[in-house]
Amino acid sequence: MGAIFKRELGSYFNSATAYIVMAVFFGFAGLFFTVTCFMSNTSNLSYVFSNMFVIIVYLTPIIAMKSFSEEKRQKTDQALLTSPASLFEIVVGKFLGAATLYAICCSIFFVFGAVIQMFTPANWPVIICTTIGILLLGGALIAIDVFISALTESQVIAAIVGIAVGFVIYMMSNFVSMVSSVEWLSGLLNSISFTNYYMNFTYGILDLKDVVFFLSVIALFLFFTIRVFERKRWS
Amino acid sequence: MVEVKNLTKRYGNVTVVDDISFSVDNGEILGFLGPNGAGKSTTMNMITGYISSSSGTVTVNGAEILDNPKKAKSDIGYLPEIPPLYIDMTVRKYLEFMFDLKKVKLPKKEHISEVMRLVKITDVSERIIKHLSKGYRQRVGFAQALLGNPPILILDEPTVGLDPQQIIEMRALIRNLGKKHTVIFSSHVLSEVSAICDRIIVISNGKIVADEKAENLSSSISGEQKLRLDIEGSVSTVLDALKVIPNVIKIRKQHDIKDNTARYLVEYKNGTDVRRDVFKAVANAGCVILDMQNGNETLEDSFLKLVSQDQTKNMVGGAR
Repeated sequence: MGAIFKRELGSYFNSATAYIVMAVFFGFAGLFFTVTCFMSNTSNLSYVFSNMFVIIVYLTPIIAMKSFSEEKRQKTDQALLTSPASLFEIVVGKFLGAATLYAICCSIFFVFGAVIQMFTPANWPVIICTTIGILLLGGALIAIDVFISALTESQVIAAIVGIAVGFVIYMMSNFVSMVSSVEWLSGLLNSISFTNYYMNFTYGILDLKDVVFFLSVIALFLFFTIRVFERKRWS
Repeated sequence: MVEVKNLTKRYGNVTVVDDISFSVDNGEILGFLGPNGAGKSTTMNMITGYISSSSGTVTVNGAEILDNPKKAKSDIGYLPEIPPLYIDMTVRKYLEFMFDLKKVKLPKKEHISEVMRLVKITDVSERIIKHLSKGYRQRVGFAQALLGNPPILILDEPTVGLDPQQIIEMRALIRNLGKKHTVIFSSHVLSEVSAICDRIIVISNGKIVADEKAENLSSSISGEQKLRLDIEGSVSTVLDALKVIPNVIKIRKQHDIKDNTARYLVEYKNGTDVRRDVFKAVANAGCVILDMQNGNETLEDSFLKLVSQDQTKNMVGGAR
């Protein structure tokens, strides 16, 4: 698993991908920080976090789009699948590589906390808690995108489908209100709406239920990814 | 040792590999021969565990590839038809990655240097694979297969895309490796297989049509010995003269070369030599032998015969 993780993370930094993703992430985060904190003279970071949700919906598929599609296109999956490494190691190694790049991006929020600290005591519990939330949220999206990437040989298709799925997840609460007359459906959508679970983090509440939800989504989609390769092998 | 038993692969209704069984002993070089699309790569992909079989088993040094993949796969070095290269890495970085991926337990730096020396890529070790020529890429792929000194090497058309000099080097290397490793090696070039391999399996339409020692392949298919003659003289005189020679089985006139000269094919019993008798008989009949050659089929002919026989059979079967 170590080898695959190292290569995956290295491949982002050997190409321009890592630097562009980080530049875009830091650029937008900085913009939101300037507009919502500096210009309105507040130490409340919650608007930065809520605005970043959209950016994350765009960026996570870009990070994860190549994870398996490119391997399949270049036939390098043949090296992975005929090596003694198990499917679990391969899939988890790939996921952790992508998730690590994303985590590096999220470190910017601590920088913002430090900047605020220079003027007024920052609300560290909320900042730390929200960052954990945003890490879990992004992790879940990356797991979904890794799964999508395993279904296609084209990075572009993987990215577009990933962004579409991300937006559906982002707008889930809107769908809930649209189908409010159908109780079971709105209840169902409500219970899988990422925002519901994410909101608690932004209040500084670290609820086990929310953490477990995101970890389950990650585990589920990584499991699906493994199944994709097993199924492909048997078909 | 690799043991393949009743291996079959179906995609929907199409059977790509049909009930193949064979085994390869330690230290044997097995050539896998067949036209494009015969099922060579599919078979190799099944042996290496890249895809599963529809039915049948593959056992690698006692470990079944699907039941005990870790053990089986670590005994195999595989060079697929398209070398699995990460083209944005340098050669050394790539080999280091493959070394870790295969969980090789040898001194890393020395082992990689040794393998690079063996396939002669040391001078490009710091270059990015993207910028290498096809021949070098093929060799990097080969180096990858050799990492960890696996007892079994499976090479899918390793010489495709190499220049003649490189092909000769590659063949010598494979022959050398065959002293210590079990090698299964596929190609659609006959001369290559016969130059390297101890044993040849010919595969056509997913079936094994021949499994022979390299030197036996030709004679076992072509049957009787043959002599090819260009003779000056009238056809009837020549045929009458040749007919009476002992051990001659059949005489066939192939075609006229020019007026009064024709080419004949003489079939005679295995283990006999009729050349002297033929010479004397033709001379006594007042005709002249202009050319006398061994008319035995080349390996190429035998191969084409095998494959076309199989295809005709299939066509007849399909018509029914």
